Amino acid sequence: MAAPLEVRDLRKRYGDREVVAGISFALAKGECFGLLGPNGAGKTTTLRCCLGLTTPDAGTIAMVGEPVPARAREARERVGVVPQFDNLDPDFSAAENLLVFGRYFAIDDATLRARIPRLLEFAGLASKTDANIRTLSGGMKRRLTLARALINDPDLLVLDEPTTGLDPQARHLIWERLQGLLADGKTILLTTHFMEEAERLCHRLAIMDEGRIIAEGTPQALIAQHIPVSPSPLRPANLEDVFLELTGRDLRD
Amino acid sequence: MSHFAPPRLSLRAVAVWRRNFLVWRKIAIPSILGNLADPMIYMFGLGYGLGGLLPEALPAFGGGSYIAFLAAGTVCASTMNAASFETLYSAFARMDVQKTWEAIMNGPVALDDVMLGELFWAAAKATLSGVAILIVVALLGLVQSPLALWAIPAIFLTGLAFAAPGLIVTALAPSYDYFMYYFTLFVTPMTLLSGVFFPLDQLPAGIQAVSQMLPLTHAVALIRPLLFGQVPETPLLHIAVLAGLALACFWIALGLTRRRLLS
Repeated sequence: MAAPLEVRDLRKRYGDREVVAGISFALAKGECFGLLGPNGAGKTTTLRCCLGLTTPDAGTIAMVGEPVPARAREARERVGVVPQFDNLDPDFSAAENLLVFGRYFAIDDATLRARIPRLLEFAGLASKTDANIRTLSGGMKRRLTLARALINDPDLLVLDEPTTGLDPQARHLIWERLQGLLADGKTILLTTHFMEEAERLCHRLAIMDEGRIIAEGTPQALIAQHIPVSPSPLRPANLEDVFLELTGRDLRD
Repeated sequence: MSHFAPPRLSLRAVAVWRRNFLVWRKIAIPSILGNLADPMIYMFGLGYGLGGLLPEALPAFGGGSYIAFLAAGTVCASTMNAASFETLYSAFARMDVQKTWEAIMNGPVALDDVMLGELFWAAAKATLSGVAILIVVALLGLVQSPLALWAIPAIFLTGLAFAAPGLIVTALAPSYDYFMYYFTLFVTPMTLLSGVFFPLDQLPAGIQAVSQMLPLTHAVALIRPLLFGQVPETPLLHIAVLAGLALACFWIALGLTRRRLLS
């Protein structure tokens, strides 16, 4: 069976700036792969290329076995996306958001109506079925966006900073749900700024900076390799130490 | 120039159209009444107020009353306005503010399908607007012949012809403020130069030539005779102009929007 995602020598330039400067990575089925990096490292552009929303200058992408961008539309049929910024439909209730989104996949209404209560239950929003989107909290909206990304029962989930802007309670609830999805055999590609999120969820991760992958491996291996001695005697070394060691302490934006 | 490659359309556009329809259904009654109010005020105000000063059955008004003449023009102008508003303000909200298009494109729907759905949605809404006025006009006894039913597809074509250029403006607009220019520089002058309020031969010869190039002129020339129970003189010319405008502008709008959203 084809890998859920395979990216080879991907390059994308905007004007003089090479935002993605030749990166390669692949996801194995059932794993959570994290893309970490400071703002402007090229994470979101990489995701957009993978989804076929931006045409790369060079390189090859195969998502769920389909070449992208040539067959991006077909590939996206088996992928779920949680974008960085909420784009739920403000004119619809929670359930209508899922119904309308499912129709974009040409899933028939009967199947959708059977799936929607389960997805709302999964997102902890069963009591909000008919609630207007404008009345939902930030955490609820993120969970609904996650439920929306599952409407087509995707093989691969692409999450762009899924917990940015959420309070710790809301963040932990999302992590718990994502771990549940991994246990069900879903594959996840995730970008994040939260090292704790990456350490908890990701089997493997890549640290990007200035369009390049500068380190790749399991969280434990990266820590062992780059921070042999903890910078603080009070705690063990962690991924944040690795991140700052590799990408420096200068502000990026 | 790959942004301007030919459209790759699919039936997924139907789901986009249905999404907009579902939103509209929630506010259908106030929306229809709101769309009717403005053109009706003009039609009755000018039609009876100004029309009362004029003799009945002037040849310049096609042998009927001024209000009958104006009613046919109002159907066309109202269709144009509805298509323009939908593709400017409403489509811009979905593209830029709410990021609805972005969400849809995370599913297996291409931008081409999103834009096709928007085009046909705006044309449908414009048709509703034009037909609502047509019904009022018919109830007033200002429509004589069942030939007026042919006005309905002509209204739809007019909707397409004005939805497509609206999508071009939306593709280029940095913000809502920009749309005012389209209305004040293009839509409003065209309304006055296309035979909506008065016959074209009232205009100086040079301006009449300009009028012949305006799409609204062709919509009026197609639709007004149908309401008067006559067959339009050169229907194929008018249909070709409106359809050609819709096709060319849709292609350009798609290219510009691809450049804006998919770079």
